[in-house]
Amino acid sequence: MGFKEKCFKKSLWVFHLSAGSCNNCDIEILDCLTPRYDIERFGMKLVGSIRHADVLLVTGVVTKKLLPRIKEVYDQAPKPIVVVAIGVCSCTGGMFKDCYTFKGPLDKVIPVDAYVPGCPPKPEAMLAGIMKLLNK
Amino acid sequence: MGKRTLVPLGPYHPLLEEPEFFKLYCDGEIVKEVIWETGYNHRGIEKLCQSKTFEQVFYVVERICGICSTSHPFAYANAVESIPDVEIPERAKYIRTIVGELERIHSHLLWVGLAGHFLGYNTVFMWAWKYREPVLDMFEIITGNRNNYAMFTIGGVRRDISPEQATQLLKVLDDVEVKTTMLVGAVMDDPVIHARLKGVGVLTAKDIHDFGAVGPTARASGVDIDVRRDDPYAAYDMVDWKVITASGGDVFAKAEVRLLEMYESISIIKQCLEALKKTEAGDIKVKVKEIPPGIGIGHAEAPRGEVFHFVKSDGGNSPIRHKIRAPSYTNIPTFRRSCVGGTISDATIATAAVDPCYCCTERMSHVFDYTTGKHIMSAAELIKLSQEKTKNLKTKLKV
Repeated sequence: MGFKEKCFKKSLWVFHLSAGSCNNCDIEILDCLTPRYDIERFGMKLVGSIRHADVLLVTGVVTKKLLPRIKEVYDQAPKPIVVVAIGVCSCTGGMFKDCYTFKGPLDKVIPVDAYVPGCPPKPEAMLAGIMKLLNK
Repeated sequence: MGKRTLVPLGPYHPLLEEPEFFKLYCDGEIVKEVIWETGYNHRGIEKLCQSKTFEQVFYVVERICGICSTSHPFAYANAVESIPDVEIPERAKYIRTIVGELERIHSHLLWVGLAGHFLGYNTVFMWAWKYREPVLDMFEIITGNRNNYAMFTIGGVRRDISPEQATQLLKVLDDVEVKTTMLVGAVMDDPVIHARLKGVGVLTAKDIHDFGAVGPTARASGVDIDVRRDDPYAAYDMVDWKVITASGGDVFAKAEVRLLEMYESISIIKQCLEALKKTEAGDIKVKVKEIPPGIGIGHAEAPRGEVFHFVKSDGGNSPIRHKIRAPSYTNIPTFRRSCVGGTISDATIATAAVDPCYCCTERMSHVFDYTTGKHIMSAAELIKLSQEKTKNLKTKLKV
């Protein structure tokens, strides 16, 4: 059993970081908590601080002003951490790739483990993405 | 003036979904001053719109905000269609209204849930979001996506609503109406919520005029403004509804306005669905060949207030200028009245009460002389100015 597998055997705590998104992905992440999807039955929960987290969900294009903050949050995270890029903005930049404040995509800034494309991805897709990553 | 403590809220804070920075200067537990720092979410959408064709801009403005993803296309459609003065088919008007009002229902339910969560009523959060799901399902059935509906186009809408979908929608609406009554009961009759929300974050009618606040924030303070009634667009003048106002001005009044507005939205959609039966199926779009040179101004009532779009065309394929003003842009500065004088714990719900949407708000600003129209300075020049000041100081101090 690898180090990563050992770390992620138990309940996963998730921290959500908006890197300049349009709110859609963020709301779909919150939606995962609510009765229909209820990720808490898998032991996952959203935490308020990156220092408590095992998984970092990043949404949105990486904007110029947020770039140093994103690096800072990643540095503060306890390692190992799984980084998931949620939505097409953080995966590739999507339609915002030509914008003057675009400093992404996310994998140029911090290492990314999984990509969940979609605008916005459905809550099921996010769950499937994280589960696939853990079963790898 | 006593010693002041700085309490930072953000840029990443469990309370805020989006990156935003509030500096609360406090004396003891009392908030004395609120400073709002913005620009974290600035993506450069206005500039991007100028590089897209008129048709493509719909999908860009939709992504300004995930919750208002009908209001922005709505205002843009009103603006761009006013240039060649297109009259869209009646059926398209009704469909636009249905999508717009469905969005209002889902947005208000979302707000009620979040407000409950901020107050420590997690049950309300779970309930409200559970009852929001059928509305999102309806969106998926009608438009093909839960959010970002891609429903609007120049001269009409892209998809029709079939009679089967209409029946399904009616059933969902009946269900939502029952649940809304339940939520209204849960909020209005709870003594703790009364104690917690009444008299908190009060905005008087004068404050609203001073800051130019719009939407439910203004209506909760007794200022009777609503674009849907004052300057009717789409089918709002063809259906029967009323503007909800309250007089308290506090957070409770804002909750009341939002909850009661949902009933109006449900009634508007029901009337539109009835009217759809009388129009011919498939007649949802007129062909607009080109956008002539000119200026178009359009606004729409988003769940948070008035969305304003300005489009300038030179007769080409894409807008040469596109200006957007979202409701939160005028609503957020009211924090300087609503939070100051209250405690830090009340600041949370007072900020949440205007339903701030930061991704909508983040536009670029320019300083220019009004009389001559001469451009004085842009953000880059302001930065340059600041750098020069440091440089001058350095030479002065001989560092």
